[in-house]
Amino acid sequence: MTTEPTEPTGSAAQPGSAAQPGAEAVQEEGTALSWLREHSELGVCVLLFALGLLVLTDAFTMSVDIAQRGPVGPRTVPFVIGGLFLLISVLLAGDVLRGGRGEAEGGEDVDLDEPADWRTVLLLTGVFLGAAVLIGPLGFPIAGALLFWGSAYALGSRHHGRDPLIAAGISLATYFVFDNLLGVPLPGGPLMGVL
Amino acid sequence: MDSLNSLIDGFGTALTPMNLLWAAIGVLLGTAIGVLPGIGPAMAVALLLPVTYGLDPTGAFIMFAGIYYGAMFGGSTTSILLNTPGESAAVVAAIEGNPMAKGGRGAQALAAAAIGHFAGGMIGTILLVVLAPTVASLAIGIGAPDYFAIMVLAFIAVTSVLGASRIRGIASLLIGLTIGLVGLDQMTGQQRLTFGSLQLADGVDVVIVAVGLFAIGEALWVAAHLRRSTGKPIPVGRPWLGRADLKRTWKPWLRGPVIGFPFGAIPAGGAEIPTFLSYVTEKRLSKHRDQFGKGAIEGVAGPEAAASASAAGTLVSMLTLGLPTTAVAAVMLAAFQQYGIQPGPLLFEREPELVWGLIASLFVGMVLLLALNLPLAPVWAKLLRIPRPYLYAGILFFAAVGAYAVGGESLDLVILLIIGLIGFGMRRYGLPVLPAVIGVILGPAAEQQLRRALQISDGSVSGLVNTPFSVTVYAIVVLIVAWPLISRLVLRSRGGRKTAEESRTVGGG
Repeated sequence: MTTEPTEPTGSAAQPGSAAQPGAEAVQEEGTALSWLREHSELGVCVLLFALGLLVLTDAFTMSVDIAQRGPVGPRTVPFVIGGLFLLISVLLAGDVLRGGRGEAEGGEDVDLDEPADWRTVLLLTGVFLGAAVLIGPLGFPIAGALLFWGSAYALGSRHHGRDPLIAAGISLATYFVFDNLLGVPLPGGPLMGVL
Repeated sequence: MDSLNSLIDGFGTALTPMNLLWAAIGVLLGTAIGVLPGIGPAMAVALLLPVTYGLDPTGAFIMFAGIYYGAMFGGSTTSILLNTPGESAAVVAAIEGNPMAKGGRGAQALAAAAIGHFAGGMIGTILLVVLAPTVASLAIGIGAPDYFAIMVLAFIAVTSVLGASRIRGIASLLIGLTIGLVGLDQMTGQQRLTFGSLQLADGVDVVIVAVGLFAIGEALWVAAHLRRSTGKPIPVGRPWLGRADLKRTWKPWLRGPVIGFPFGAIPAGGAEIPTFLSYVTEKRLSKHRDQFGKGAIEGVAGPEAAASASAAGTLVSMLTLGLPTTAVAAVMLAAFQQYGIQPGPLLFEREPELVWGLIASLFVGMVLLLALNLPLAPVWAKLLRIPRPYLYAGILFFAAVGAYAVGGESLDLVILLIIGLIGFGMRRYGLPVLPAVIGVILGPAAEQQLRRALQISDGSVSGLVNTPFSVTVYAIVVLIVAWPLISRLVLRSRGGRKTAEESRTVGGG
């Protein structure tokens, strides 16, 4: 197990093996990719670093000519937070390079042995964004039903008769309970205009 | 005596038909949602926030208390019947509860858990009644530097005590603090991180952050790793306990709360540590030690009582200091802020009707919980069979309802989704969610107290440490930060000759 990764470097040290540079480059590329995949947490460090820069730039570009009350102005805390972001991103990068790994969260319905199913996540994101756009023109009952139906579909439900009925039922019931019983207004949209 | 009178007044508030109704709805909704797999108490409370928007504050918090206790009880039902605890506090319930259910004693396990919750909640709430007014009156003279110290303690505790990695905890806290920065600066009106957007000038609503991180983040995370074959829940009848079981469980029911309550009250204490401690204690004290791991009823009764009492302990620091020690308390604090109420030492003076009504309703809620849950257990068990696509579609749906109901803006849904994606990434890379939520909720308040304290001291840093209270709190902070070092030193000196020899050989090499 442990000897295998060292083998390519070992053979590279031998003078005779220089005859196949192409094969080696491919192999190197493969290991670089898998190294990146294994250390994808470095991406988190980059994001944290970028967030720190964002907070700092925002604080630097703030105009403080407005009369400032007290010795601590609106820029102090952003400076501290931004600075800490930079520090933490470097520390986290150090931890990741030394083999530290953030443990993915488990749960009742979570199966971490399978690779992540990105298609479902993208579909859900799309459905949710769609609902956010449609809730204005179509009103809550229709947009909500589409959100439920679309999400259930994305999650693998294929009952083409049952799914839309349940979605419509839940959305209408929620609309009436919130709008009439609980006093939380939701937009009815054209559907409620007809009814 | 004074608090007893106030409590009686509180019962006057809690027992009005309307408030009784809210308590009952809260308990039922909380249990139903808590039983649903994948939904812990924090998500249950966050998802049910919008239900209370139209209510007056007293009714809303009475309902909230019911939701909280109901969700905790519901979580243990899931653990026992499905062996898949959705939240860390219910892990212990699964260790003994699930073998019991498999061995045909599910009804007894559920009864031990339900009565354990009742006992723990009752004892915990009585302690709350006794302690909270005292803590509040002690804390009433505290000023800006003390508040700032408490919040620093909350930040440090939540990043250092929980989770495996401090760096990741702090990263999460910083994300929360940054979200808290968005909007107009409260003291100067300066725009921060708004990028010129008018809607962002109001800041990001705490409810949207909580729902986004807890509900959307979780739903997306589960969607990416959805287990294709879900476990089959064990069918169960009406919970009951025989005489022999009662004999084994009454002591654990009383011992659990003693362990649970203090842990609930301290920052980042939560319910995980006390449930494990209670489990270990019961195992040591039990006459049936050989049954542990195979379905010992003491191992259900004690930890469940501890969990419930820790929930009451959480309320002590939340109500008297405005300090959320768990995720649920954080969401509840967000709800208080929604009504423009600031929990803290003055709460007991300013809103006696609300506070004592809330505390009285905890007692009412506990009785309702016991009365409803014993007969309804088979119904709750059926909820475990809900098809997973509907479950997670429903979570996304109700999260959208909650975020939209805050302000009626489509943009809020987009922000909700973005925060949900952040929550997804945090789960993927092991960044704990709780520090971020605490950062959003306490960050702006902490900044204000810091600036107020420095304003009073005219910029001198000594203004932060000029009270005995703040010095004490900072001493605790230092202790927590230095704890890994201290424990290493203690271990080395206590390790005796064996480790001394080992270290000598290591040192010699």
